Amino acid sequence: MHPTPSVIIFTALSGLGFGLLAFLGLQMPDVTGGVAFIFFAIGFGLAVGGLISSTFHLGRPERSLKAFKQWRSSWLSREAIAAIFTLSVMAIYAIGRIFFDYDIRILGVLGAILSLVTVFTTSMIYAQLKSIPRWNTKLTPVYFLSLSVGGGALLAGQIKFCLFFLIIAGLFQLIVWIKGDRALELSGTTIGSGTGLGTLGKVRAFEPPHTGTNYLLKEFVYIVWLFFAEAEHVVGLYYGKR
Amino acid sequence: MTTLPEKTERKLGLVIDLDTCVGCHACVVSCKGWNTENYGAPLADVDAYGKNPVGTFLNRIHSYEVIPEEGTPQLVHFPKSCLHCEDAPCVTVCPTGASYKRYEDGIVLVNESDCIGCGLCAWACPYGAREMDSVEKVMKKCTLCVDRIYNENLEPDDQIPACVRTCPAGARHFGDFNDPESQVSKLVTERGGIDLMPEQETKPVNKYLPPRPKDTLEEIDILAPLLKPVAEKPDTFIGWLNKQLDKI
Repeated sequence: MHPTPSVIIFTALSGLGFGLLAFLGLQMPDVTGGVAFIFFAIGFGLAVGGLISSTFHLGRPERSLKAFKQWRSSWLSREAIAAIFTLSVMAIYAIGRIFFDYDIRILGVLGAILSLVTVFTTSMIYAQLKSIPRWNTKLTPVYFLSLSVGGGALLAGQIKFCLFFLIIAGLFQLIVWIKGDRALELSGTTIGSGTGLGTLGKVRAFEPPHTGTNYLLKEFVYIVWLFFAEAEHVVGLYYGKR
Repeated sequence: MTTLPEKTERKLGLVIDLDTCVGCHACVVSCKGWNTENYGAPLADVDAYGKNPVGTFLNRIHSYEVIPEEGTPQLVHFPKSCLHCEDAPCVTVCPTGASYKRYEDGIVLVNESDCIGCGLCAWACPYGAREMDSVEKVMKKCTLCVDRIYNENLEPDDQIPACVRTCPAGARHFGDFNDPESQVSKLVTERGGIDLMPEQETKPVNKYLPPRPKDTLEEIDILAPLLKPVAEKPDTFIGWLNKQLDKI
């Protein structure tokens, strides 16, 4: 996979930001006033920065409000709604903490839960894709959530949580790598099933459909950066990858 | 709405005959032509006359070599475009509702004025049937020539998708798969039409007809006994002469 850098920035930053907001909602650390302002600024900066950066990969960012419509079926739509809802709840909570030294406990807890829900919806955008067997597993949301909580704990200075969750995240990273390496193979999708010619013999890509390149090759076959580099979209099979 | 209809009234789609396709790319050209001049945004070409031309196509022809366990390898030309899946994963992932599957005929379309160009539908499609247009910045895909098949300004012969109309080999067929008496349904039954990547559970509407088995010639050898050499090893005068000539 080779998405635009903005998608990569978004995936990394907003996960971290929502992780931090979750800890702030649970009063870890228990801060108010100026210190709270700095913490919330970092949390909102990462989460909102990530979200804004994600709109840069849109072909038509001016229409991005339309993305809130299809929550019934689309994880991307659900993510957009969850993110805005979380940020609104946390904003009210943050104002209370920063300016009034007041703790609207229920909003904090709700905001923390919503932060994790948002990270979950992000992970499901990837996990739902059957076309990318490596991501199409329950491990993907667990992996995203453990990274987000671990990273959030790190930024929130919660050393015990941080150690625990980062070790967990590390373990999931290992499992994701080990299982992921065989995911395409185990999915049963091959160039044989992709062309329906597998029953006749071994299928080999002989000629590509063009002399130059195309969108599919650029987006799915050329690779970049860890999570996306490893992804292996099944379209690659049509071009003789694997 | 990006939820899928449970059932569609008609199930329009293509049958592609891999036995007949000669890989001439005529369907690619006619598709590009029709869909650039008609419905929706034109299909972009970038650097069309330069060193690195790149463009949007809704239909592309791959060529594959099939190497059987016994016998000679076979070259199969393989046209690939949107399969208008019943369980189209590209539709349900769309956040805006720009991607949709029509209840009346099952065609999967993109409402280009709602598309935000996020590209997730192209990620979700295992077949690589969708391409982001680099100029219009919206997702393009096969429309099954929705602007031809219902277009009464065209001659009846022309009210079929451009790729089917143009195929000189007759390798492409268009029709309603919900009608068991249609030509496409009959072809699928007779020739054992198959789904691409059935394990992806997309339930593609378009079907592919696999290449027919090659003929094998039985050894018919009526004249062979007469063609046998008269002597395996020349002797007498001829043998002597042959030896002398070899020495020269």
